[in-house]
Amino acid sequence: MSKNLRITNNKFIDQTTRISFKFDGKTLYGFKGDTLASALLANNIHLVGRSFKYHRPRGIMTCGSEEPNAIVQLGNDPSMTEPNTRATEIELYEGLEASSQNCWPSVKFDIGAVNNFFSPLLPAAFYYKTFMWPANFWKLYEYFIRKSAGLGKSPTEPDKDIYDHRYLHCDVLVVGGGISGIMAAKTAAKNNFNTVLIDDKNILGGNTLFQQNECFKINNSYSNEWLKKEISTLNLFKNLNIKTRTSLAAYHSYNYLLARENLTDHLDFNEKKNKIRQRLWKIRAKKVIIATGAIERPLIFNNNDRPGIILSSSIKKYIDYYGVKCGQKISLFTNNDSAYETAISLSNSGVKVNSLIDIRDKTNSLIVTQAEKLGIKIHWKSTVVNTNGYKKINSIEIMKLSDDGTAVVESKTKEQCDCLGISGGWTPRVHLFTQSGGKLKFRDEDNVFLPDKSDLDQISIGSCNGDFELDDVIKNSVNLTNKFLKVNNNDYEKLEIISSKEIDKKNIWLLPSDKPLGKTKPFLDFQNDSTANDVKLALREGFKSIEHVKRYTTTGMATDQGKLSNMHALGIIAETAGVKMGELGTTTFRPPYTPLTFGAIVGRNVGKFFDITRKTPIHDWHVENKAEFENVGQWKRAWYYPKDNENMYDAVQRESKAARDSAGILDASTLGKIDIQGSDASEFLNRVYTNAWSKLEIGKCRYGLMLNEDGMVYDDGVTTRLSENHYLMTTTTGGAANVLSKLEDYLQTEWPELDVYLTSVTDHYGTVSICGPNSKKILSKLIPDLDLSDKKFPHMSFKSALIDNIKCRVMRISFTGEHSYEINIQSSYAKSVWEKCFEAGKEFNITPYGTETMHLLRAEKGFIIAGQDTDGTMTPVDLQMDWIISKKKYDFIGKRSLYRSDTIREDRKQLVGLLTENPNEILEEGAQIVAKTNKKPIEMLGHVTSSYFSPNLNKSIALAVVKNGKKLKGQKMFVPMKNKTINVTITDTVFLDKENKRLNA
Amino acid sequence: MFLINCPYCGERDQSEFSAGGEAHIIRPKQPTELSDDQWAEYLFMRKNIKGVQFERWNHAHGCRKWFNMVRDTSNDKIHAVYKMGEKPPIK
Repeated sequence: MSKNLRITNNKFIDQTTRISFKFDGKTLYGFKGDTLASALLANNIHLVGRSFKYHRPRGIMTCGSEEPNAIVQLGNDPSMTEPNTRATEIELYEGLEASSQNCWPSVKFDIGAVNNFFSPLLPAAFYYKTFMWPANFWKLYEYFIRKSAGLGKSPTEPDKDIYDHRYLHCDVLVVGGGISGIMAAKTAAKNNFNTVLIDDKNILGGNTLFQQNECFKINNSYSNEWLKKEISTLNLFKNLNIKTRTSLAAYHSYNYLLARENLTDHLDFNEKKNKIRQRLWKIRAKKVIIATGAIERPLIFNNNDRPGIILSSSIKKYIDYYGVKCGQKISLFTNNDSAYETAISLSNSGVKVNSLIDIRDKTNSLIVTQAEKLGIKIHWKSTVVNTNGYKKINSIEIMKLSDDGTAVVESKTKEQCDCLGISGGWTPRVHLFTQSGGKLKFRDEDNVFLPDKSDLDQISIGSCNGDFELDDVIKNSVNLTNKFLKVNNNDYEKLEIISSKEIDKKNIWLLPSDKPLGKTKPFLDFQNDSTANDVKLALREGFKSIEHVKRYTTTGMATDQGKLSNMHALGIIAETAGVKMGELGTTTFRPPYTPLTFGAIVGRNVGKFFDITRKTPIHDWHVENKAEFENVGQWKRAWYYPKDNENMYDAVQRESKAARDSAGILDASTLGKIDIQGSDASEFLNRVYTNAWSKLEIGKCRYGLMLNEDGMVYDDGVTTRLSENHYLMTTTTGGAANVLSKLEDYLQTEWPELDVYLTSVTDHYGTVSICGPNSKKILSKLIPDLDLSDKKFPHMSFKSALIDNIKCRVMRISFTGEHSYEINIQSSYAKSVWEKCFEAGKEFNITPYGTETMHLLRAEKGFIIAGQDTDGTMTPVDLQMDWIISKKKYDFIGKRSLYRSDTIREDRKQLVGLLTENPNEILEEGAQIVAKTNKKPIEMLGHVTSSYFSPNLNKSIALAVVKNGKKLKGQKMFVPMKNKTINVTITDTVFLDKENKRLNA
Repeated sequence: MFLINCPYCGERDQSEFSAGGEAHIIRPKQPTELSDDQWAEYLFMRKNIKGVQFERWNHAHGCRKWFNMVRDTSNDKIHAVYKMGEKPPIK
């Protein structure tokens, strides 16, 4: 630490606690309370990064979230390293390691800096213009461009830190803990509002906290002393919740806000462990008071980006708050009064102020007079035309401004300095206000956008509302807050306030130089490296909209979202194009205000908590029996059960054969189940399914197809009539929730007169399906007293039964074409019944099979899977299922659409079977089908929807949708693949047992 | 993120609801008697206004009830919520 850069009489930094940290591999020291930026400055390190495009050396420029240059990589642990963090916001802790970004091999010697010498060749949109042709060379260009543009390194391993989400509800949320925010929070709390005050710093008070100046006094105390007393009274209020280190990220409609609280980022490395790192607060506030303050503007002049050029107010904070001198010989350059406060602070701390360069004519405000009394030299009506020094500023060149401010006159003077403070006035932080949908207005006298209209219950107070003088801030904040909360807090009515008032204002967006504009580098956006010249070029090239200029030049598009650069860009555009700034408008500020970590966004929803996992009641058995699992929606379904190192293909072939040869057993618990009751249940089913339901006998089952109102197949399943007014509907696994929701919609909104009640019972019942020629024998062992004859218990019927005192609903239905039973049991008994079935089936070599075999078996029978063979464009007619459309019913969902001109077209895509010429060739699902292969372009007639090798038929089979497919039966078609063309024939969709003999085998 | 006053449950976060498009479109009682154009009018044509719009919403992760909402799409202000079958309280 360079001792001579620290002053010792500082109240905010604990100079007894020394902290060691590493920057670019070098061990340095700071104090408790420092930020990384203040500690670096105390070590006389200004140069911390290279600029994005020209790789120019860049230094710390601000002291807060608006920092464009001091963007560093934190840490080097592959799971915890964090890129693009702002050194000005990182609180120093023991063990901190940080490094510069965007430089190679090092920040002091960067090869990319050659770009700076070629900069006349790198104008706005250089990359767009140069690398746009030939188009297929982009891949090559991109590699080099990405390599040279560095934006930090992403972690390569999963984040070990813990993040959290919480909700917060309050009457009044105050954002910003500066003087106006503190007064507002106290007023709200005092009037019994449940109040929350948040601030992104570790301590409340804002800039007034260290404002100790004769020109700013309240009730005869310095403003900072008065404010400290105010802050000390806040803890009297039990209904005031204060959150520091909490940054408001987003302000959405209905006063819904997101704030990130940093809980451990400031702790020593060893203290961080096992603690929640960041918490995202989801806040719903009845009223919101925005008191986010203002950002100081830079000035735009030639070479205004050198390390050592710092915002004037930041220099003040570094000396008054952190006790750090940003230089030993500091010059200040301004267009307003606030730089004089910095000059006085520096002077009071014993730092030499070379001179103040002010673009205004001589002015006599209180604070200017005080600065003059201290003997500070002031260059009136002057500007800096150039700065010198490569890795750090070493001198500035000053010239007089012409009367109209567009040119420089008289002779040039050179002034040695090691730091230049710049102040271009203030920009209210209206980001949150605009995020919430608020509209801005423009104030011409000092060129600021201010909050205007909002539809939400909110106000902006203090400098974010355009009050920059202490007395205005206090008076207006108090009045606005009282009015907003409909209270009358007179605590602040009789304050005696001394406040210097700015008398003269002057603004020049782009300051003139003695060199022609093209030979200068007046930087606008420091992070994205765009200059005033780039903006002017964009206008010359015909861009008019501010949003287009922004994208073309990338001004304001860096991670700081143009917090420093936007106003000047707007000003220069307005000036050049000859329009008023108020009419030009601003670009949109989008959340988050400062970047959020992915960790904070996802919170606890990582790893196994990323999504819900649904397991069937029989899941453990599948695990014990080494099943491979498939994700079906949120369900884990047994996919296949490999035996002795079988691969999936072999396992499925074995399972499929066993199910048809003897017996198979499937866990079908995931099928959606909806319990339907009420005196109009039959009528309801009539309306939602395409076929007729009124005549279905009690104890019988029926397959149904459900359409959307547009006539397209939506879902299918078997529904059983349990009693007169009681049905059990099954849906596809994936469609269950949507079907229920759709049925509810019709019941509540279209047919409220129907007496029908729907209940989802998917999770209440487990379903064991046993199929195959021996399934009947197995069931008769389990339920000996049940007559299983075709006469008493035919296909598509249902019986209640007991399996060892466990109540079951047994349905004789089949999705495989085999003689088959589905046993529904209360979930808690499902595994036990499954085991009993398995035990009883052992003598028949009962084989558990998974979803893959189920798919294969149904494909052999040509049964569709809604969602695999249909895609929302298939009508029942397209599926060749005309038989399921009732001709008698007057209406059902989708009926009218079945004879729209488009749905009756004969050349629609229709479901067909496909057989390959070579029976061993298996088609790829999704493969395209064509009729000809010679003439290009080839018309795509359809695609393969399901494809398997059938062990029972000993050949490859497939289902497909093909244009006009019904009429093409027997036709030869082609499936062109990457390396070959496969010859196929269109067939019927049923490949096995066309006569359905096996159902009753 | 809206705060929606479900007519059955009271104020709840928007994440509990799902939107169901334009309200007060009545399913024709005799669809078979409609021409293709008339049926298409019911099936496809929706207004999507910038301004005050009548919408259907479902308290999907709550009471599962459908209800109507009058919302200004230009500023997301909800002017009224009312039950299915009720007349809109605002014209």
